[in-house]
Amino acid sequence: MTGLTLKRDGDRQVVVTRRFAARPELVYRAHTEPALLQKWLLGPEGWTMPVCISEPRPGGAIRFEWSDGQGNGFYLTGEYLELEPFRRIRHVERMFLPDPTPDNHVETTFEADGGGTLMTLRMTLPDAATVEAMLATGMEHGMEASYKRLEGVV
Amino acid sequence: MQNLDQSFNALADPTRRAILARLARGEATVLELAAPFSMSQPAISKHLKVLEGAGLVSRRVDGTRRPCRLEPAALDAIDRWIADLRRVLETNYSRLDALLADIEMNEGEA
Repeated sequence: MTGLTLKRDGDRQVVVTRRFAARPELVYRAHTEPALLQKWLLGPEGWTMPVCISEPRPGGAIRFEWSDGQGNGFYLTGEYLELEPFRRIRHVERMFLPDPTPDNHVETTFEADGGGTLMTLRMTLPDAATVEAMLATGMEHGMEASYKRLEGVV
Repeated sequence: MQNLDQSFNALADPTRRAILARLARGEATVLELAAPFSMSQPAISKHLKVLEGAGLVSRRVDGTRRPCRLEPAALDAIDRWIADLRRVLETNYSRLDALLADIEMNEGEA
């Protein structure tokens, strides 16, 4: 709908915002229901998420496994910490590439914005060096693959 | 840019990215760079050679020390990674836009 913003806030936080045309309830559900997550949280074209565990309750497990269908894959695990249905999610996650990345604490808020939703994703990392490394790594899954693809293109 | 491939290869390793992240905060010697890693100095030196080869890091002589520093090209390379991260996020969220539109349409029909 409208552009993404991605910026650092202080030493340990990265904030991403994005607007969606749908109301907060739907955007929230798309972030917590496995059947919906598996349709969009995929990274570069060609990747799928064959395993998606999402138990949206405090202490509930998160496990996403991605595959490019050609033997390459990686996964993410996490736990839900706090949920306010349709408004706010706090969870912790770490990626396995295959070594685990430091724990990333994420707060996602969904605010009504006209007929749509303003989503704000605030990630808090253990230290500034991790933020640098994460920005350099590409904090979203699929980056390794997309860079490999980019290498082939340039 | 002729060593773009080398840059990406250099950035594809988490230790090398961590070295760059450390150097973004200022010069450091191999010994200082090795400290946070459970890695030997020769192993770190090997990573530094890859980074030097890609033009991301340079070393200067300062008496008996040979501190490493980030080259401006490294920051450009990191910018490209961030730009690509944005593209992946946008790819995901465009997909989500379409999914949300589908759900709303189906609910409207129901």
